[in-house]
Amino acid sequence: MRELICICCPRGCRLTVDDDLNVTGNFCPRGVAYGKSEVTNPTRVVTSTVRIEGSDLAMCPVKTSEPIKKGNIFKCMEEINKIHLVAPVHIGDVIIHNVCGEEGIDVIATRNMEKL
Amino acid sequence: MREVELAIIGGGSAGLSAAVSAYDAGVRDIVILEKGPFLGGILNQCIHNGFGLTEFKEELTGPEFAARFIAQAKERNIEYHLNSAVSSLTKDKVLSYMNPEEGAVQIKAKAVVMAAGCYERSAGAIAIPGDRPAGILTAGQAQKFLNEQGYMVGKRVFILGSGDIGLIMARRMTLEGAKVLGVAELCAWSNGLNRNMVQCLYDYDIPLYLSHTVSRCEGKGRLERVIISEVDERKQPIPGTEKVFDCDTLVLSIGLLPNNDLLNNLGIPQGRSRGSEVNEKFETSIPGIFSAGNVLHVHDLVDNVVEEARVAGKAAAEYILGTSEEVENDITVVPGNMIGYVVPAKVSSKGDDKVSVKFRVREPSKNVYIVYELNGKQIKKVFKPVIIPSEMEIQALPKSLFNGESGTLTVSLIKKEEVK
Ligand SMILES: Cc1cc2nc3c(=O)[nH]c(=O)nc-3n(C[C@H](O)[C@H](O)[C@H](O)COP(=O)(O)OP(=O)(O)OC[C@H]3O[C@@H](n4cnc5c(N)ncnc54)[C@H](O)[C@@H]3O)c2cc1C
Ligand code: SF4
Repeated sequence: MRELICICCPRGCRLTVDDDLNVTGNFCPRGVAYGKSEVTNPTRVVTSTVRIEGSDLAMCPVKTSEPIKKGNIFKCMEEINKIHLVAPVHIGDVIIHNVCGEEGIDVIATRNMEKL
Repeated sequence: MREVELAIIGGGSAGLSAAVSAYDAGVRDIVILEKGPFLGGILNQCIHNGFGLTEFKEELTGPEFAARFIAQAKERNIEYHLNSAVSSLTKDKVLSYMNPEEGAVQIKAKAVVMAAGCYERSAGAIAIPGDRPAGILTAGQAQKFLNEQGYMVGKRVFILGSGDIGLIMARRMTLEGAKVLGVAELCAWSNGLNRNMVQCLYDYDIPLYLSHTVSRCEGKGRLERVIISEVDERKQPIPGTEKVFDCDTLVLSIGLLPNNDLLNNLGIPQGRSRGSEVNEKFETSIPGIFSAGNVLHVHDLVDNVVEEARVAGKAAAEYILGTSEEVENDITVVPGNMIGYVVPAKVSSKGDDKVSVKFRVREPSKNVYIVYELNGKQIKKVFKPVIIPSEMEIQALPKSLFNGESGTLTVSLIKKEEVK
């Protein structure tokens, strides 16, 4: 049994999801879908920064192109922190392919970093 | 003195959106003056996602959202100057600014859009007893250091205030290896969005202490510990409820205030949002001076910022081109029971077919009506199962409701049982 707060709207219903994935405490059906997916396969987009040389800032912001498994967040950070970039880098440039072995999910740049 | 048609103070999302909108409405002679080294404003340091769901129908990070507006301004060849803080503005719309290339410059504009954003309340604003060591800074400062320079502000961190920037930084610093010990919030409720509570605190088991404040800071040279206490109804620390946290950094997320000195100095009346009073075109009491974005009232969604600035930019263009209709702003809008502030402060009973009213409630409430009264007569009521201060409310009111009447429009929150 898990207790969760639904984040799909400001009401913030307190949900309870039992072992058979029955959701209670929801005010509307969106809470059921949220509760089920949070318990079976919680995912998050990870955003962070990567060191970059040759541009006007020391860091280039990045994100995962899709939400990754919640359990992979810290592993993803480790992979991100190993990377060093050299300017120029542009929005959408792939920094890491198939991050944490998640097929089709990349870490991509989110800011245009021009060469000085 | 150089003369321009439209001068925009601030090149953040509000300034860029106003510039693009004025351009598209036919004004060509536009100058954006930006204090910082980049266009895009605060969005550049907000590397998390959650921006743009309304504007672009996708979830972008701050820098990605900014880049789209920067591109729109550049496609139109709109002139901009970086590292150019505007230091004064006169009633005749003469702006003074300075930068390394041009030196000290004065320009005279036909119209001005104020879009200088907001600033964070800092430690001085709340006077925490105890020592004044290094290691106390605002969430936005911590965010800028970490996300632009890669510099972590501390290893063991405590956060005061549950505003969204503080919550976002709790997660960000945790991911980068810091230990975030907890968040203390003076109110009995969180001031952050549920989504940030869940994804920034609960995901990482960071405790939230509601109705608590930092009652003391201790440390010689560098912060060594903070002491937090529960507070009573008058928000005063209750003796005997102290908890001690050994930490090297205290991050403050205790509120944002409009950066509106330039307009305040002109004597333009201020609203309860601490921004200037404006009419539905976002024009202040001085014709041709407009205000939009966080300098007018602090927004939680950038999508609302760019929409508001679009209206201001278009209205500025109409003012410049002489195509604006003369309308009397004959209705004064005031915040009533349990309403923090309302924007705009003035609307016209005539003109456009509807007006959009934005406000925040003072406290979270359930099962209430938002009631709109013109001269004491109810013209609309809207039921809200839940309403919270951290989410700005927007209500479109058709002008037919006003029936041509002028006077005072009051927005109030009324409990369901008490509504007639
Ligand atoms: C930390 C943080 C997190 C946020 N998170 C989200 C989110 O997750 N989702 C979302 O939708 N929204 C979010 N927002 C809200 C949204 O991003 C902002 O409300 C919006 O970007 C504000 O735009 P603005 O143009 O009004 O202000 P700003 O972006 O602050 O721009 C103001 C600009 O004016 C310049 N300026 C100031 N004074 C002068 C002067 N005297 N002369 C010249 N230039 C000057 C500044 O340098 C700055 O560039 C967040 C805001 C903050 C602060
Ligand atoms: S269950 Fe429905 S009403 Fe409750 S928070 Fe989720 S979306 Fe909102």
